Amino acid sequence: MSQSQMQMQSESVGTARVFSDSETPMVELRGVTRRFAKKLDIAAKLARRLGASVKEEIVHAVDGVDLRVRKGEVVGLVGESGCGKSTLGRIVAGILPQSEGQVLWNGQDVAGMQGEAAKIGKLRRQMIFQDPYASLNPRMRVADIVGEAPLVHGLTTRANFDSYVDEQMRRAGLDPAFKRRYPHQFSGGQRQRIGIARALAVAPEFIVCDEAVAALDVSIQAQILNLFMKLRTDLDLTYLFISHDLGVVEHLSDRVVIMYLGRVVEEAPTERVFTAANHPYTQSLLNSVPRIGNRKRAFATVKGEIPSPLNPPPGCHFHPRCPHAFARCSVEVPKLREIAPGQRSACHLNDAA
Amino acid sequence: MADSLNPATAAAPTLEVRNLQTHFFTRGGVVRAVDDVSFTIGRGKVLGLVGESGSGKTVTGFSIMGLVDAPGRIVGGSILFQGNDLAKLSEEEMRHLRGNRIAMIFQDPMMTLNPVLRIDTQMIETVLAHEKVSEDEARARSRDALGMVGIPSPDERLKSYPHQFSGGMRQRVAIAIALLHRPDLIVADEPTTALDVTIQGQILAEVQKLCATTGTAMLWITHDLSVVAGLADDIAVMYAGRVVEHGDVGEVLDAPLHPYTHGLIGSVPSRNKRGEPLRQIPGMTPSLLNLPEGCSFRARCPRAQADCVVMPELKPWLPGRLARCHHPHLEEVVAA
Repeated sequence: MSQSQMQMQSESVGTARVFSDSETPMVELRGVTRRFAKKLDIAAKLARRLGASVKEEIVHAVDGVDLRVRKGEVVGLVGESGCGKSTLGRIVAGILPQSEGQVLWNGQDVAGMQGEAAKIGKLRRQMIFQDPYASLNPRMRVADIVGEAPLVHGLTTRANFDSYVDEQMRRAGLDPAFKRRYPHQFSGGQRQRIGIARALAVAPEFIVCDEAVAALDVSIQAQILNLFMKLRTDLDLTYLFISHDLGVVEHLSDRVVIMYLGRVVEEAPTERVFTAANHPYTQSLLNSVPRIGNRKRAFATVKGEIPSPLNPPPGCHFHPRCPHAFARCSVEVPKLREIAPGQRSACHLNDAA
Repeated sequence: MADSLNPATAAAPTLEVRNLQTHFFTRGGVVRAVDDVSFTIGRGKVLGLVGESGSGKTVTGFSIMGLVDAPGRIVGGSILFQGNDLAKLSEEEMRHLRGNRIAMIFQDPMMTLNPVLRIDTQMIETVLAHEKVSEDEARARSRDALGMVGIPSPDERLKSYPHQFSGGMRQRVAIAIALLHRPDLIVADEPTTALDVTIQGQILAEVQKLCATTGTAMLWITHDLSVVAGLADDIAVMYAGRVVEHGDVGEVLDAPLHPYTHGLIGSVPSRNKRGEPLRQIPGMTPSLLNLPEGCSFRARCPRAQADCVVMPELKPWLPGRLARCHHPHLEEVVAA
């Protein structure tokens, strides 16, 4: 990256963007729920006929989530394993249907869109996956991985195919001379660049990054994160950035959404989350994160384990581990309420105050 | 310095690795996975061994445990454990030490645990392998070890199978097994990498407490600088099979000497760099099969000069601060 590019980038990223509540969000989720059920096999059905108490096991991976992402915004989605963040990401990207609720694209319900509009709506939302080894077809050449979708969707023609692919690869920081190669000939960081080139080849406006840098070494991770920020300004992209790494999320995001066992527990502008977290879960999460500035100190701990999503605790899902839990927490599910401008939290403690 | 085969003297550090070389003789050529690695760990101290994938940190750990398999072999250097060279021991002698005086914790606890045996079977077996005690006593010891790593109701959990535990709990069991004989040294290879942050925090807290109370020395292998920052006393940074920097963890992280350490710390996203582009190290890790001549970081290094074609020695630049570099970041250390 040249010096001037670097400067340009830091300037444009540095200026705080103002987002108003009144504008129509690019992506909006309303009460989205996703259940996964394990169907009963014949033996279990028979046992139930005979009066045994066999029930279908249902996981509420995502449980009534509202989410708004406005144009140009980078929203970080944070949570531990099994909290439903990847499922939510897939629903937003349109590759997994929701069980209940609505997904809106620029104010229009995706379910109600027909024909060309539905196709374009879907193309504009792309996803970049965690594992750069599993997400690329090992039997396809890079040129075909990147160029197949735009060719099918008429974004390029057979005649212009090569130059189109070259441009996509260059934009993702890959040498177009490598386009005849197969994925196994690339390192992890380069493969992630192939994944990025593939997502960008269909000219999306919205990108879901699902743990896109989690599998990479720090020095390579920094290269990819810088690429994300550059592409954001160059192509005016909007990101939903899913990660368990709070450092990465803090670095990239304008706003952070924190999930715990399928529900959003807090959302706020990034500054606010890291300086004035409201929900006890967010606070303990922040305390648990090892930071390079911390020296030889006692690690703060949250008691207990993440409960199984098969059988989540009643009321507030966090109450068995919460240091401030009281009687009401185990009975009533707290609502996500605004507690400060732009900051919403789902905790009964806020009612007492 | 006391030479080999002395019985444990109080002065000798728990572990002293000197110029260790472990090479793999593959069809593609000799892979110098570990090439001239040296460090020491004192009693009750934690050394963080940091590096990216392929830097040789895991092979270093395996070499200490005597677990390097063909086509790999320790071809040079010494591993002094309480003054005795482990590299010279026979397999039989090594087996007496392994699991007894030296224990290892792996990244994936399922590598330690047998999925078809109950936890108590596995733990009692470990106790009896090295000591002649009654089964009841072995069981009591196993239960105490589980309690020590923070597993609730250890009596009942002893009767469980590994699949009945969560990932964090499994790693606790693996740590408990490592602790059964109160070893003098634990080699921990990325033990919290696969865990969630809240669980990682719990395990790190337990480990820190254990090292302080039992005097066990620990080699903590990881790629995560932030974990090392909070846990370790000293840090050794590896790049392409060699230690490039070694020193007190606070001093190294505050003012690194080697340009690679410098770049690595700059690559970590953190609070004060929000929104700015991260400082990135250009290029990527070289293949260990054909390393460039001289300093292996030369091609990616912003401070490289003509003399870098000669391999620099790991030498002290400041009291207690070693770096393998001809042009270390000395000016910033003086300024700090």
